[in-house]
Amino acid sequence: MNKLQKIFTRCCQENRAALIIFCSCGYPDMESSEQAIETAINAGADIIELGVPFSDPMADGSIIRKASEVAIRNGATLPKILDMAERLSKRHPETGFILFSYMNILYNYGLEKICRKLPEIGLDGILAVDLPLEEKEELAKPCQENGLHLIALVSPATPLERARKIMSEASGFVYSINVCGVTGVRDLQQQEIVEHLAVLKAHSTVPIAAGFGINDAQAAQRLSQIADGVIVGSAFIKILSGKGEFSQRLEAAREFIADLAKNVRRQP
Amino acid sequence: MMNTHYGIYGGQYVAETLMPALTELEQAYLEAKRDPEFHKEYQTLLKNYVGRESPLYFAKRLSQSLGGASIYLKREDLNHTGAHKINNTIGQALLAKHMGKTRLIAETGAGMHGVATATVAALLGMECEVFMGSLDVQRQAVNVERMQTLGAKVNPVSEGSATLKDAMNEALRDWTARFKDTFYLIGTVAGPYPYPMLVRDFQSVIGEEARQQCLDQTGRLPDQVIACVGGGSNAMGIFAGFCDYPEVRLVGVEAGGKGLDSGEHAASICGGKVGILHGCKTYLLQNADGQITDTYSVSAGLDYPGVGPEHSFMADSGEAHYVTVNDDDAIAAFDLLARYEGIIPALESAHALAYAIRIAADFPATTTFLVNLSGRGDKDMDTVRKFKQEQGA
Ligand SMILES: Cc1ncc(COP(=O)(O)O)c(C=O)c1O
Repeated sequence: MNKLQKIFTRCCQENRAALIIFCSCGYPDMESSEQAIETAINAGADIIELGVPFSDPMADGSIIRKASEVAIRNGATLPKILDMAERLSKRHPETGFILFSYMNILYNYGLEKICRKLPEIGLDGILAVDLPLEEKEELAKPCQENGLHLIALVSPATPLERARKIMSEASGFVYSINVCGVTGVRDLQQQEIVEHLAVLKAHSTVPIAAGFGINDAQAAQRLSQIADGVIVGSAFIKILSGKGEFSQRLEAAREFIADLAKNVRRQP
Repeated sequence: MMNTHYGIYGGQYVAETLMPALTELEQAYLEAKRDPEFHKEYQTLLKNYVGRESPLYFAKRLSQSLGGASIYLKREDLNHTGAHKINNTIGQALLAKHMGKTRLIAETGAGMHGVATATVAALLGMECEVFMGSLDVQRQAVNVERMQTLGAKVNPVSEGSATLKDAMNEALRDWTARFKDTFYLIGTVAGPYPYPMLVRDFQSVIGEEARQQCLDQTGRLPDQVIACVGGGSNAMGIFAGFCDYPEVRLVGVEAGGKGLDSGEHAASICGGKVGILHGCKTYLLQNADGQITDTYSVSAGLDYPGVGPEHSFMADSGEAHYVTVNDDDAIAAFDLLARYEGIIPALESAHALAYAIRIAADFPATTTFLVNLSGRGDKDMDTVRKFKQEQGA
């Protein structure tokens, strides 16, 4: 069993969804984001999505965009983020790690090269936001050769036939986007999302994780009843970008994630 | 499914949420292409509303003063709204209407595409929102007023470099959330497939007309076809008429800004490397980390860090040649055309003209250059005055 399978199996046995936390790496600077990820793991995150900032984040809402801009300005680069990822994965061998970015960042580094590198430093998968089924071959091939999961996405706009094809070729887990739109915190139409997740789950052999817009424990709890994982990003970054000393913000983030971790349990 | 790539370039690098929107667009376009009614509507508007065909004009005094090749101008500056952009916006807006969309969105840099979109929105009775970098909103105040007069809402985008690329990001974000009622009207041959194809098709009227006009006026095809390249739509449009004639040399002129070595330019092909932005793989201006870099050109319409994927392909294959012209040469060409021919060109078009001027004396008068005069220069008077003041100072 690979690590992601182990995580989802363990969560399933514990009768809960996996808690997946997205972090904008290098925000507000490299050292602080390493602390933030450390905090998220210690507070109960099962899987970390390591967001590599891109200058033109066309799929992101204002919170992550702002964080990306600050991170780039403060010197975040893919090589530095990989160094950080290696340290984190050594310290937390049970935690899952997914590298999360836009194609240009990966392409510029070299698709073969990144796919060789990630397993060496203990990462489990890779996700490129702007890489739909139609274009995935150039990244899917080196992923396969190196035993790396290429995380696929489906959205509410994806027709079922297409979703089935995406899920049948998926590896690791499928990222189900809760809303048509960009990342951010918002009020979700929870009932619709739950129904959509139920349809996906009926057709999928890999776990389904729900993300986009989840901003509190209540939303996480509702979606955890059906999703195999819930993904929280913007709400976490929003806390990190709040007022006060960074140590206080970290503490607030720890409490937030610990609360999420309690609420991903399924009701009997 | 058609081929969505040009060699390794092009493709559909978008978020999964946008894929159904692109598929819907492709299907609608392929249907429209086969529909004689659609063509008739399009052709009628080009004729009676845009004022096509646009003339081919022999710039005799300019050519004689240079003592070389004969320079012919394809007068896209005479179109309604003053540039080639309207050929594309009419085509796409008609398509939007056929698809039952009620709202048009567009990105704009210099404002010419925004004006052309606002124009067709008014013409067809559609809602219109234009995304524009906040820096460009300041630089192109007159075009902002034109768009507003035409009933469009202008949304300033203050993120990133607050210019065209950021406006395009924001338009894509808006579209991702609202594609059910909204049509994204892209202004150049970039973006995800099918945009590079359909924008090229709608602009190909330039090249088709120009080829026939050359034959009528000179009895033969031109030796060189020269056009400026921002995203590359006016160039692809005029090249389209000559792709089947390998004896015709196709030249795309990129904005050299303060010179390729200065780093301050917008020459994606001549000074960039391959990457992925706004849905397609193409030559891009980016730093060593893969972050898109700020571009610079005196001409706002050429100030874009990418280029249409088909141009990248044609550059590699040698089907077309790409060169750069710096700010000062473009300004000199702007003045020269005004003085010798009584035509004030857009600064974008002045780049193409400047290249023709640079090489004209190397050829005899029997050699003909066809230059795409993509737009008129009224919008640039302020910019040119400021440029000259700075140079003088
Ligand atoms: C007159 C004119 N020419 C050229 C361009 C550049 O666009 P493209 O390369 O797509 O023709 C613009 C863009 O605003 C323009 O206004």
